[in-house]
Amino acid sequence: MKIKSPKDFWAGLMFIGFGLFFLVVAGNYQMGSAVRMGPAYFPTVLGGIMAVLGAIVLFQSLTIQGGPMPQFSFKPIFFISLALILFGYLLKPIGFVLALVVLVFVSAFGGHEFRAKEVAILAVVLIVFSVLAFVKGLTLPFPLWPDFMS
Amino acid sequence: MDMSIFSNLALGFGVALTPINLMYCLIGVLLGTLIGVLPGIGPVATIAMLLPVTFSLSPITALIMLAGIYYGAQYGGSTSAILVNLPGESSSVVTCLDGYQMARQGRAGVALATAAIGSFFAGCVSTLIVAMFAPPLAEVALKFGPSEYFSLMVLGLVAAVVLAHGSVVKAVAMVILGLLLGLVGTDVNSGVLRFAFGISELADGIGFVTVAMGVFGIAEIITNLEMKDEREVFTNKVTNMFPTREDWKRMWKPILRGTFLGSALGILPGGGALLASFGAYTLEKKVSKYGHEFGKGAIEGVAAPEAANNAGAQTSFIPLLTLGIPSNAVMALMIGAMMIQGIAPGPQVMTEKPELFWGMIASMWVGNLMLVILNLPMIGLWIKLLTVPYRILFPSILVFMAIGVYSLSNNPFDVLLMMLFGLLGYVFVKLECEPAPLLLGFILGPLMEENLRRAMLLSRGDPIVFFTKPISAGFLIASIALLIILLLPNIRKKREEAFVEA
Repeated sequence: MKIKSPKDFWAGLMFIGFGLFFLVVAGNYQMGSAVRMGPAYFPTVLGGIMAVLGAIVLFQSLTIQGGPMPQFSFKPIFFISLALILFGYLLKPIGFVLALVVLVFVSAFGGHEFRAKEVAILAVVLIVFSVLAFVKGLTLPFPLWPDFMS
Repeated sequence: MDMSIFSNLALGFGVALTPINLMYCLIGVLLGTLIGVLPGIGPVATIAMLLPVTFSLSPITALIMLAGIYYGAQYGGSTSAILVNLPGESSSVVTCLDGYQMARQGRAGVALATAAIGSFFAGCVSTLIVAMFAPPLAEVALKFGPSEYFSLMVLGLVAAVVLAHGSVVKAVAMVILGLLLGLVGTDVNSGVLRFAFGISELADGIGFVTVAMGVFGIAEIITNLEMKDEREVFTNKVTNMFPTREDWKRMWKPILRGTFLGSALGILPGGGALLASFGAYTLEKKVSKYGHEFGKGAIEGVAAPEAANNAGAQTSFIPLLTLGIPSNAVMALMIGAMMIQGIAPGPQVMTEKPELFWGMIASMWVGNLMLVILNLPMIGLWIKLLTVPYRILFPSILVFMAIGVYSLSNNPFDVLLMMLFGLLGYVFVKLECEPAPLLLGFILGPLMEENLRRAMLLSRGDPIVFFTKPISAGFLIASIALLIILLLPNIRKKREEAFVEA
């Protein structure tokens, strides 16, 4: 048994996984009948179909030649994810302005090159624009500064 | 056709020409052009990003602006296709072929003008087509019961599969994954919390803005960061914009053909600007007597697809406005926008909110006029924008997405969820699973379940009802036929070739 199309192999596994996941979790809800469908009915059917489709994709990956497994680039993944999480969970404690500084600087590390001065200017421009447009203009209820400063 | 179309259009223009709507239409088309010009950010991510901003607007103003972004993006996409050989927008891929060659021959200005003229003409015609065909279709749709709706949604989803690149089976699986994700949250019938795992934020379901921004926006950024940022701009060569007499002679027929083919392909479920531009280019290559010049800077190769993609962008509003069924990912977002504004999409929109319906149609023409007037003189500005490096662009895009998604409910959880969907979207790209069908399924999931339940309740649990009602049966037979055709080995090869050519 040799995997001829690694992309399809993993895609198939992914679909089987998602399908079974929804199938199993839906088992906790009421099935009902075809006339009065319970909350489990539709997701159970769909989850089952998806698992079968995943199995087909998996089977094809063993028979049909496909492209090689692509490279994942972990640097942008890491910095973009980190930047977003930090922004989300720091916004209330440290305020909008500082959270944006964190978001811009951390995400910029995910790029090809990091030019500190350029990023600093970009951060200032984006902060001024965002404060004016979103907080003043659209009156989004964001705290601008950390608690102890305001 | 009766004369009421004119009074209706008059009503529409009355709405579209109010100062506030004009202003947001302008903002919409400018933003659309901007993101169309910039490679690396598409209309789906942009519209998702701007949705939270539109919450404070009135429904019609919000929809006018969002629609403007969509067709503005078609204009902008052609600009970068011609000048940089990079399609700013997926529907401009074919414009690169001949548009960029024209630019290399020093005819960038003429190519840009041709694209604008073709788009404007197509915009005018397709606005009329929408105005003419939407009302009768809505009349028919008003008679639809739950079984017809369910079958129609099946057809719409199958059609979305046709357009997905690569494996049909994978595309179907993506649709189903979308449907399932759409079911997360409180079940309207039983009140049971499904797939929420005690997370209170999931009680109302996963926000589609979150999904769209993650799967399209965040994943796009990560994918772009993998690639080298190389662009070559013909900055100083855009001088003479005026097509010669010979150019006019060669372009009018392709524009006409592109407009009609594009309008037809736009109405199809699963259709829209993308399908239209590919279809028009292929057709033109076959019928034109300059077919041998295609790929070497033939003006027909710019005129036809540019007319077609704008026509298709506009007629794809027909299924949205009349049936409440999205035909592509952008239309799925428009449906979401309508729901957020408290409007149930469907045929009743036309009768219950005529000012919204006709105002939107009229605004399409107004928007197209704005695009032609503004864009040609603004070319210089767009070229400057093209030189902005991606390392400046992506943190900016990220900032707007993060703010937009956070503001949905002032909760960091949405930012986290967007990030997770971004990672998922990146995996999809890597495994060649196209995300557009997922978004359509996501929007349609709850609607489909609801209609299925109602149809089955009415038929006392007999699934045959979907085949005994003629309209419903027609939709289902069409869906099955489409799937079978797709899986035939011969067609499959052709389809793969078509995407490779693209």
